[in-house]
Amino acid sequence: MAEMMILVPGRTNKQGTSLNAGKLKKEYRDVTSTVEMNTDDMARLGIKEGDAVRLATVIGETVVRCKGRKPTDLPAGMLFIPYGPPSSQLMDGDTAASGMPLSKNFEVSVELVEGPVP
Amino acid sequence: MSDNIRTVEHATCTFCGCVCDDMDLTVDMDAKRITKAKNACTLGRAWFAEHTIEDRPFALIDGKAATTEEAVEAAAQILVAARLPIIYGLSDTTCEAQRQAVAICDLMHGNIDTTTSVCHGPSGIAFQGVGESTATLGEIKNRADLVIYWGGNPAESHPRHFTRYAVTPKGRYVPNGRKDRYVVLVDVRRTPSAPVADLFIQIKPGHDFELLWALRAFVKGRKVDPNLAERTGVSLATMEDLVKRMKSCRYGVLFFGMGLTMTRGRHFNSGAVLALATDLNEFTHFVAKPVRGHGNVTGADNVVSWQTGYPFGVNFSRGYPRFNPGEYTTVDLLARGEADAAMIIASDPASNFPRPAIEHMKRIPVIALDTKPTDTTQLAKVAFTTSTYGINTSGTVYRMDDVPITLRPAFESPYPSDEEVLIAIKNRVRELLTKKRTRFPNLKVA
Ligand code: SF4
Repeated sequence: MAEMMILVPGRTNKQGTSLNAGKLKKEYRDVTSTVEMNTDDMARLGIKEGDAVRLATVIGETVVRCKGRKPTDLPAGMLFIPYGPPSSQLMDGDTAASGMPLSKNFEVSVELVEGPVP
Repeated sequence: MSDNIRTVEHATCTFCGCVCDDMDLTVDMDAKRITKAKNACTLGRAWFAEHTIEDRPFALIDGKAATTEEAVEAAAQILVAARLPIIYGLSDTTCEAQRQAVAICDLMHGNIDTTTSVCHGPSGIAFQGVGESTATLGEIKNRADLVIYWGGNPAESHPRHFTRYAVTPKGRYVPNGRKDRYVVLVDVRRTPSAPVADLFIQIKPGHDFELLWALRAFVKGRKVDPNLAERTGVSLATMEDLVKRMKSCRYGVLFFGMGLTMTRGRHFNSGAVLALATDLNEFTHFVAKPVRGHGNVTGADNVVSWQTGYPFGVNFSRGYPRFNPGEYTTVDLLARGEADAAMIIASDPASNFPRPAIEHMKRIPVIALDTKPTDTTQLAKVAFTTSTYGINTSGTVYRMDDVPITLRPAFESPYPSDEEVLIAIKNRVRELLTKKRTRFPNLKVA
């Protein structure tokens, strides 16, 4: 069953070092295809470290790897993902007349999917 | 490693907006690579280590290897044939290249926008409405005894911001460095920056504006709705304590990041930060600074402003510049399907833009200038390989506090700079447009 959560795309150190090596290289692709979730939420949803999860909005969807974060670091109901091609798939092109698409703190549905991350 | 080693002192890292100009580089001139970057952070070390000379074609047209000259011709033809050609990117190149991009846009009556529109564009809008109480990072280093980071994670995005500019360095009026400063971090999650702070305030996502407005009310001695504690996730006691610190510090600074501009509220959030800093100047000295991302995104704002009068999102289709975020900003022009050709300079929107905008990029001819292959160069009809600013080419870059810095390159690249490619495109566009816009292209005017 899919559940709604708040997605926060952002920068990380690893994303920064791997993008210097090359954005088409495996390391950058892996870093930007890993979503972090509160470990309590993972336990409740039956998601294990490294499982594939589908994130979806009305705009699009993406399947990424799930990684646990301590509940003290990441509140319940919040997801963090390093910016990149997977997070772009979920973003709306409407900028509410500002030029800036809503790129942080937007709602996504999350569900466990069988099989590996593509 | 060869014996042909050169050292470059006081070189500049252009990876992030900190633009640290205290790099000592060791360069293997035969291998054409930087083997050591003293003083660089992890991101800076990766920046210097990974920008070597890769064996790639000078350009690709429809995926096939081409010369730079052939690609210039193809790019100019695309731009001249388009009805609404757009130029976008520019945050990872020199001011000299940015200037050429504005000139091309002006010539072809196109649209120019920079990565600012999806970074601190909302802050740019807020500056125009609210104004800015500002300072250089040098002033902050020497004076600030209260440092607040709001909606940013410098430990991962700008690693030396703490150590070089704002938290640990000793300054003239903060002689004990870290000990003389009180550091606050406001964010929706506990990031790796949190351990640096004396106080971490965890706010509920999307409620920055309410919290900032409540702080403004406390600063002015007004009453605040107690329900705001529940809404924002921050107790009224914490708000009052923070306000007390803000009013009693000698010199306060509010650094704000994309946690404010990319979320609900956008320019209202930035405006609230700027207004709070202004209010606090009734009691003490307080400044607010956006923490800028890419190496020369601040230069892009400066160059586009001095050339057109506006910082980003500028349209020349009537022959003179007009500014309207939401209309002339790139995500909008692409997502609405309005642009019919795009020239992307030193940026990768095909990876970072919202899906509807990327879908439109796949439908139109795209010209890309980049040092490395990206999603954008892959979908481009014409892709130029260019040299890396600060490593292979000199030029001017603006640090995030609007201080211009001249780059000291380490070794030469066989590839042209962005500026060289853009000058060639500009000249060819001018020739083609002259023919297109007059019935007497060969008429000589004395
Ligand atoms: S803080 Fe930024 S500019 Fe300074 S060395 Fe690190 S990446 Fe380079």
